[in-house]
This record gives sequence, structure tokens and C-alpha cells, in this order.
Amino acid sequence: MSETVSFTIDGKRLTARAGQTILAAAEASGVYIPRLCHKDGLNPVGGCRVCTVRVNGRPASACTQPVSAGIVVDNDTDELRSWRRQIVEMLFVEGNHFCMFCEKSGNCELQALAYRLGITAPRYPYLWPKRDVDASHPDIILDRNRCILCGRCERTSRDLDGKSVFGFIERGIHKTLAVNAEARLGDTGLDLTDQAVNACPVGAILKKRTAYRTPVGQRQFDREPIGTGVETRASLTVRGGEPGGGKPVQGEAR
Amino acid sequence: MGENPVGRVVEEIAREHGRERWRLMDIARGVQQRLGCVNSRAVDAIASWLGVSRVEVEGFVTFYSFLSTEPKGRVVIRLCDDVIDRMAGYEEVRRGFETALGISLGQTTPDGVFTLERTACLGMCDQGPAALVNDVVVTNLSSDKARSIVRALRENPRPERLVQRFGSGNNAHPLVRSMVENNLRKAGPIVFSEQARGEAIRKAVAIRPAEVIRAVKTARLRGRGGAGFPTGMKWEFARGAEGSPKYVICNADEGEPGTFKDRVLLTEMPDRVFAGLTIAGYAVGASEGILYLRAEYAYLRRFLEHILDRRRADGLLGKDICGRAGFNFDIRIQMGAGAYVCGEETALINSCEGRRGEPRTRPPFPAQRGYLDCPTVVNNVETLACVTRILEAGPATFCEHGTPQSSGTKLLSISGDCGLPGVYEVGMGISVRGVLEMCGADEAMAVQVGGASGRMVGPASYNRTIDFDDLSTGGAIMVFGPDRSIPEIVSAFMDFFVDESCGVCTPCRVGTRLLKERIDRIRAGRGEPGDIEELVQLGETIKQTSRCGLGQSAANPVLFTIKGFRHVYDEMVSHDPHGYQRSFDLNESVREAERIAGRRSIHHREVRT
Repeated sequence: MSETVSFTIDGKRLTARAGQTILAAAEASGVYIPRLCHKDGLNPVGGCRVCTVRVNGRPASACTQPVSAGIVVDNDTDELRSWRRQIVEMLFVEGNHFCMFCEKSGNCELQALAYRLGITAPRYPYLWPKRDVDASHPDIILDRNRCILCGRCERTSRDLDGKSVFGFIERGIHKTLAVNAEARLGDTGLDLTDQAVNACPVGAILKKRTAYRTPVGQRQFDREPIGTGVETRASLTVRGGEPGGGKPVQGEAR
Repeated sequence: MGENPVGRVVEEIAREHGRERWRLMDIARGVQQRLGCVNSRAVDAIASWLGVSRVEVEGFVTFYSFLSTEPKGRVVIRLCDDVIDRMAGYEEVRRGFETALGISLGQTTPDGVFTLERTACLGMCDQGPAALVNDVVVTNLSSDKARSIVRALRENPRPERLVQRFGSGNNAHPLVRSMVENNLRKAGPIVFSEQARGEAIRKAVAIRPAEVIRAVKTARLRGRGGAGFPTGMKWEFARGAEGSPKYVICNADEGEPGTFKDRVLLTEMPDRVFAGLTIAGYAVGASEGILYLRAEYAYLRRFLEHILDRRRADGLLGKDICGRAGFNFDIRIQMGAGAYVCGEETALINSCEGRRGEPRTRPPFPAQRGYLDCPTVVNNVETLACVTRILEAGPATFCEHGTPQSSGTKLLSISGDCGLPGVYEVGMGISVRGVLEMCGADEAMAVQVGGASGRMVGPASYNRTIDFDDLSTGGAIMVFGPDRSIPEIVSAFMDFFVDESCGVCTPCRVGTRLLKERIDRIRAGRGEPGDIEELVQLGETIKQTSRCGLGQSAANPVLFTIKGFRHVYDEMVSHDPHGYQRSFDLNESVREAERIAGRRSIHHREVRT
């Protein structure tokens, strides 16, 4: 653990603990790499691909790729911003996202990233899938229209809550978030206090009766756009400060 | 549990497999076979017997196209839908079946006897159109044959009765009894050379494992599945990796559209393949090998089990193999259940463990942590056959063939517009022109090298060679004559990738679907000049950002055809003379509103210009 290696990211020289992922090492040094499917405390899967960087010229997902000594990482380049923009646009057209009347607006990582990447409207045609809303749970609502299939709820429930409330069925473009019951979220063991409830980056998993407690305009990303403030937080070395915190896997490569 | 018939069936099958979590594939396949589906009750029962969540079982079952949660007919007819079968008359065959059965594709007859589906390439492109009737392969179909097949099955719903004449070689073996033809047009000096059964293993165990690896390295053997990784190096990594036991897996999930050489190899030279896997086991220090056999080739299973039994009886598997004290090794067959992505080695390992066939995060690499988290080597069928020959005849003999960088021979699966489709064993380094002459293709407009994930080359590139330096390929060669439409070919390939994407990563899951949409828009005459650049940009992003090889090559059909056949696209796109945005289909956009209103919109455009 004490072994450190150095590498560069966008020309800036950083150090990392051996085995640390590029994303975690960058973040610890105050360099933000955009991501959606990864969250501190979870095992990374490299699914959304938003954190794609170039490592010695080759594309790799920063959330899964361990740092090795001397690697040269490109993060904030025109090309990578363009790829990320396209990936985020793909997520927008894949689901049914209506920010203007989504109660997650302002707290939504997808929306916040779109703003950061300068997306005003997706260039791709909307796929308008027909997806289910599940309001069967007394405290929690599941709106699959907004699901971006990142799997954070699945991993949080399985690895942190020890419950496996969520999973995925089907494959490819038909891949769908499913629950551990014959059909309904209300028949699963999901509790309002489970960390999985807070794992969703978008508005697919919502707590009932909390929608507009914080007015639009005063919400998380209204106050501080996504990715800003990493530098100041880095100096505090506080991590796992999200709801629940989780066990200290902290983005290590599996 | 055991109160209801579903529960009893599941219990029986789960117990048969020791209630092991990692045997979920065999358990789900068994349940599917017995009950015609893995329905909700079966999912619950399996989850409970294996001690896993039901959503995990449901996620598994719904991942694979040969498993289903909805009931299927007792006879499931799966029509092979790939570009070559489309060229050979897939549409007529489909209509023939639909008419005879009175149902559409994807449906089950009301009496619950027949289900009609489409499926990805069955590995029969040299004898298409083809279909699977349960496990039985039927080839060279026509609409007439479709009708007579349905008639025969109505009289006797046992698909094996459809086989009136057996195919060549071991296809006529009592344990195969298939109409499949080998069409082995050219047997070369390595893979299809005369076999000396047992010799390679005897020679291998007479030397140390490190020396076996050295022999494979001296032969400069590289993986035959398409990626071309040096086999000896792969073995060395696994041998040196910490952890035990170690595993070796033979990848017989031959799913690349247009590829069928492994099918012929397994039919005619199974001993050579199993010997290669045994030698791999000896070299890396494994005691268990797995043959991962794609579900489409289930008709070969009993035959292959018989070959394994015979090898056990002859001391070529089991304890102290060939007298080498302490070298114990056996092989089991793991069936797949219909998922092209499982040809990717880490997805294949997940599938072997009874998980969704999703590629894993790398690192760790399989050689470090693979099957059941143990060091694992995954080799292609043909690679292992080469290994056996290298041990039999020596590395020098192997290197006599091919080129310095690409030693040995390569099996090609040739199909499409040519006189002699089939399997050819040729020296590495053969030119595309040489291939076309060999298979009797005089007027090829284009050749797809490497299947859907490969690249299309035109006449200007026919001097290029098939080897690791130039056109590196798993060996699928699809020939397209002058009357073929490139956008139609590309559309068929994109259908394939959309169907087969595992769905973990965004660019492959969504991007392939968007490429398909844009290609079809152009095919429908609604393409605009800017679409071509957008296709290239989207394709490049998918290529660069996808998580595994499937996604990284899924845009190839689009990118390579735009690169090599740009004029075809240019001719199909134009600006609308009235200034309309061509991509916008007004009729389509108001269709649902019209349906609700019960009348046509005044903006309905009768004729498109």
C-alpha cells in the first residue's frame, strides 16, 4: 500500500498508490474525470465509458484501469470531450429523459454532465422506448424511463447492502433493470434506509414524498456544477462521504 | 419445493448438478429442455436450490437466446438469419415456414407445437439457407422444403426424422446422424493432415512443460480465432501465474457470421483438438479442460462425448496420462446457449461459471484470474489442432508453411457468391485473389474478410494477403458478386451486432442501434450527404470507446465500406429538392396520431420525391 508510482495526466505529474485506478488517483490529486457508472465504494465495471481516457495513446476506462508507473494519460482533450459528449447523447436518446419535469433535475448526474459537456440537444434520433414505472413500493419509486443501466443500484444493493434487490435482464438494447421479485419493487426487501436507494445517478430510483423539498435552483449541481470543487476536496482527502459511505474499496481495480 | 411438477423437475436437475452455482448453464438448459422454458416458478426454484437471488437467475436466462422465460413450442424452428443465408433465399424460406405454420416469425402455434424464430449464423453458410429444428440442423432450404418439413413434423414431431440422407464423413456417424456436409475442399498439411492418435501427447509428456511451451513458441504459433496472440506466451503467463488449480478452455463458440471451420474440425478431427487441449493442460499445469461448445452445434455433443470416453479408455485422458506420473487431466463439455459475445474469452469464462455472458474488466487477465478466479488459458479450436501437429511433427515442419511472421496454415470458411463454398486449409500469406481463384469466384465485387467484425475489401485490394501482417482473420471469407448491395450487407451485419451486444457499455449497446438506424435511413432513400460523415464519426467513437472486442469491431461494417466503397454511399444520399429535411419522415411521425384520430393528416405526403 505504501508503494507509490508517478504518472502524468494532461501533462501534469501526479502520484498514485500502486494498484489505484486512474480515476481514483486523479481525483485524489484534484483532477476530475467525468463518470456515470462509477461511484466511490463500488467495484468499477467500466460500463458507461464516459471516463474513457487515453493511456499511452490507447483508449481505456479510467475507473477500471490501474495506474502503472510512468503512464501518460490524456483526459481533457477535444477528442475525449467529443467522445464523452456522444456517449452522454446516446444515453439521452436511449431512454426517456425529460429534465423539465423530472424531480431529479438539479441533482441528476446525467443532466449535470450534459451541461458540463455543452450538450443542448442530442444529435441522434430519440429511440422512445416503452418502459415501465413501478410505484408499488410504499416509499420508493422506480422509473425505468430514466434508467441509464449504469448498474450502481445493482452493485450497491449486492455488495454494500447485501441484498441483491436489483439486477439486469435481457441483453443489448433490450437490457432492462429488473428487481428481485416476480414483478414489483414492492415485493422486494428494499428498505428506504438501503444505500442502493441513493445510488442512482439519475431519476430512476426516487424516494416518495421528497420531490420538491429543495427548490429547483438550489440543488446540488445548481450550487456547484459537476466536477468542480474536486481540487478543494482533494486537499481534505475525505472520501466515501456519500450517503452510507460504504466499505473502503475506494475504486481499487478488482 | 417438489410440491408442483416444475419444482420437482428443477429439484431433480439441480441435484444432478450438485446444486452448484456455477452449473447454472447446465441446470437452465436442462430445465428449458424438460419444460420448454424456464418460467417464473422455475426461476424461483433454481434460485432457491442454488442459493442465489431470483433476479440473478432471471438475468441469466434472459441473456441467452436459446433459453426463455416464456413457453416455447415443443418444436422450435430457428432460421439462420445472416447475410449469406439472406442471399441464398432466407426470406422465401421464412415465408414458406410462416405460411405452412400459419404464424409469423417469433410466434408459437396456438396448439403449442411449433415456435418459429430467427437466429444468428448457425455456421452453415456453405449450405444455406439453414435452420435448427430443436437440435437438428436442416440445410439447403427452400420454401418448398420448408412446407414439407412442417408437413413431416406434423405427422411426427421428432426432428431427427427429418434427416433422410447423412452428410459426409462423421456426419454419418451413428452418434451424429446429420445432413450437414463437411465441404472440406482442401485438406492441408497441418490441421487436416493424417492423424497419429496419441503421438503428440506421448511426445509432450516425454519433455518438461517448459519445453512444450518452447516448442509452441519456436513454431511461432499465434491464436487462430482472429486476434493472433502468441499461444506460447499465453501459456507461459498462465503457467507462471499464482493460484491453483489452473484451467484450459477450448473456445468452440464459433459464432462469427460466415465462420464454420471449427464445426468441420470438431466433426472430423476431434482427437486432434482434444489432444491439443490436453497438451495445453500439461504445459500450463492444469488438470481440467473445458470444451465450450456453442448451442448451435449441440448435434455434435454425443459424438464428442464418445470421443472423450474413448480417450479415457485409451489412457489419453485420466490419471497418469501416457505413463507420465502425476499428469492427471480430463475434459468436460460445457454447452453454450446462444450468445455470440461468449466467443470473447472473458465472456466465455463467465458463461462457463453460469453467469451472463458479459466480458469482464481487464486487468486481471484470464491467465492471472479466469475461470473460478483461477489462472486460465482460452484457446481457439484450430489453435489447439495446430498445437497437436506441432508436437507431432516438430516446430520446423509447422514453420515450413506460411510466412515468417505468420507461420503454419489457416483454415478458411468460404461462402457466398462462389462455385465451391466450404473449408480450405491454406498456407498463411495467401492473397485474396488466390482465395477467389481457389473457390471459383470470378466476378467478386467485394470480399468480407473476417466475418461481420472483419473488413470488406474490393478488387483494388485483392493483392492483399491473409496473415497476421495484413488481413488478420479468424478465417471467414464471404464473397459478394456484382449484383449485391453493400448497404444491405452492412445492414445485415448491423442487425447482428444489435442482437448480440451484451449491453454493458453505452457505445456498443446504443451506438450499434444508431448506426443501424442511419444505414437503414440511407437505404430507404432518406439519406443526406451529412449522414456519411456522421456515420464515420459515430462509428469511430464506438470503435474507440467500447468495452470489449465486440463493440470495438461492431462499427467495422460501416467504417470499412465507407472507406473502400464511398461512391456507393454518395450515390444514395442527396438533398431534398423541396428543401425538406429528408431524415424526417413526416408520415411516420404522424402515424400514431392518425391512428388515434382515425383519419389521415392533411400534411400526409402521398409520394416521396
